[in-house]
Amino acid sequence: MIDQTTEQATLAREGLPAPGLAARSWTGFTRFVRTKPLGAIGGLIVLLLVVVAALAPVLAPYDPRSTPALPWEAPNANYWLGADYVGRDVLSRLIYGARISLYVGLGSVVVGITGSFIIGVALTYIGGIVDTVSQRIVDALMSLPGLLIALAIMAVVTPSLNTVILAIVIGMIAPVIRTVRSQVLSLRELDYVTAATAIGAPPWRIILRHIVPNCFATYLVLATYYLGFAIIIESSLSFLGVGTPPDQPSWGGMLVRAASAHVKAGPWLAISPGLAIFLVVMGFNLLGDALRDVFDPRLRGR
Amino acid sequence: MSQYLIRRFLLFIPTMLLATILVFGLFSIVPGDAAVFLLTGEDASGTVTAEDFERLREDLGLNRPIYVQYADWLWGVVRGDLGISLYYGQPFGLELVERFARTFELAVLAIVMAFATAVPLGILSAMKQDSGMDYASRVIALLGIAMPTFWIGVLVIYALVYGTGWLPPLEYAHLWEDPIQNLKLMVLPAAVIGFHDMAFTARVTRSAMLEVMREDYMRTARSKGLREWVVVGRHALKNALLPVVTVSGYQFGRLLGGVIIVEQIFVVPGVGNFLIDAINHRDFPVIQGVILMTAAVVLLLNLIIDMLYGILDPRIRYS
Repeated sequence: MIDQTTEQATLAREGLPAPGLAARSWTGFTRFVRTKPLGAIGGLIVLLLVVVAALAPVLAPYDPRSTPALPWEAPNANYWLGADYVGRDVLSRLIYGARISLYVGLGSVVVGITGSFIIGVALTYIGGIVDTVSQRIVDALMSLPGLLIALAIMAVVTPSLNTVILAIVIGMIAPVIRTVRSQVLSLRELDYVTAATAIGAPPWRIILRHIVPNCFATYLVLATYYLGFAIIIESSLSFLGVGTPPDQPSWGGMLVRAASAHVKAGPWLAISPGLAIFLVVMGFNLLGDALRDVFDPRLRGR
Repeated sequence: MSQYLIRRFLLFIPTMLLATILVFGLFSIVPGDAAVFLLTGEDASGTVTAEDFERLREDLGLNRPIYVQYADWLWGVVRGDLGISLYYGQPFGLELVERFARTFELAVLAIVMAFATAVPLGILSAMKQDSGMDYASRVIALLGIAMPTFWIGVLVIYALVYGTGWLPPLEYAHLWEDPIQNLKLMVLPAAVIGFHDMAFTARVTRSAMLEVMREDYMRTARSKGLREWVVVGRHALKNALLPVVTVSGYQFGRLLGGVIIVEQIFVVPGVGNFLIDAINHRDFPVIQGVILMTAAVVLLLNLIIDMLYGILDPRIRYS
């Protein structure tokens, strides 16, 4: 810290500009990579997922819905990862599958975490009977595993990517509200919030200026973890045959026929989609762990 | 003490009641009710006359106000009558209980296996923090969290078929009639589910142990000259395990979610197959029953754990 100030002072004396925003971000970035190598690997995997999803039409050698190969064709020079039970190229479906995972992951997190944040903050501020009753509802929802809630929702809606997102969101609301609530409750006790209340700041001002900005780190960490959660639930639903419609190349759906009956016919079918899910979920978890450490030094090493 | 137990028990009743409302409510907000699905078929291609529709709605009691339907359903549930399967047209309560027992057995087996491996792993990890052992166990924990259960299941089947040419016996045997055959059948799916839970439990054990290790009474125990294994085993573990058990109780629900998937892969005739079947047929009473039963088991388990916690840890009672 002291070094930095003297350095800046020296720079200022010599008439040179102090490091700008870009330079500071770069320093922050290199420090993150140096101190959190696992987090950086996680970030790299996430970046790779985004790039593959964005460039899917360029990267994929075939149309993911066309059937250029023979059914169960083993991996070869034309079809690097082999073909599935109707002759679709596994690599192309894998590449397009990145789009589905990313879309469902981001969609669930943006809708679910943002929504839960708004509800959580509002409930804590309204307080009283509303808060008590809603906490019991959260308890009741928490007694059901996310996958089971998602399955129940899928039973009453028409399967599509957006209904899958809805199903995942409902499953994540309760635990996120619980986390947000405890965060807001502890923030509310802080001196500067008391001070703001004392000078007569209205609740909306306290929420927007003092509570929400301080929840940002929690938001980011929750978002990273729940991205992984959403991707797992989406692939589980598709694996069970009630999620993403079968014509869309979901990673979970690609594993359906790989199980039991077709073990001997196409072993390659079971490896790549599972590996893709595993890597991406691990990437988000590693990144989430590192972000949590950076934002909350008290939890370091746990 | 008894005040704590009573208070905790009173909390259970409204939560359970809310769970029934949630479960019932979900299937009442469906656009077009069960009668429509029944008459028009799964792909909604059939045609119906208005009279057919009204008659069926009356038979199913769907023309009554929603709160009457709920009260009727709840009264049935209380008496152990979960209703009639729309698809098979017969009561399914007994079959559900039978299937749930198998699923429960699988889940308990999984949690026992997970606990038996996770706790030693977590302790070693915490005692030798930042060592190679710690690193290895954290990697295993990460694998367990990031590998989807169904993928592990598929890989295990592959390993069996290609490694040994042997597939698990797929005829289910009842625990009481043929316990050996039953366990043979259950041990692999339980291990697959347990792996995920093991990862999570090891993580919690590690951080709980790390926390306890910093306590004053640990220093006191060491300075008294107690052997290290007594310090860790009696003083640290006893305190560290309480939160681990609590968290595991809450984990149990998630474990049941994993069981649904693994049952599909290993063809265990548990509640998972029943549920997926019901979802494909839009058999709402069955889905309601499965979800309600899961919620009841999880809430009851949490109640028991919280009560045990209150008995074991005096700090809880007085707060």
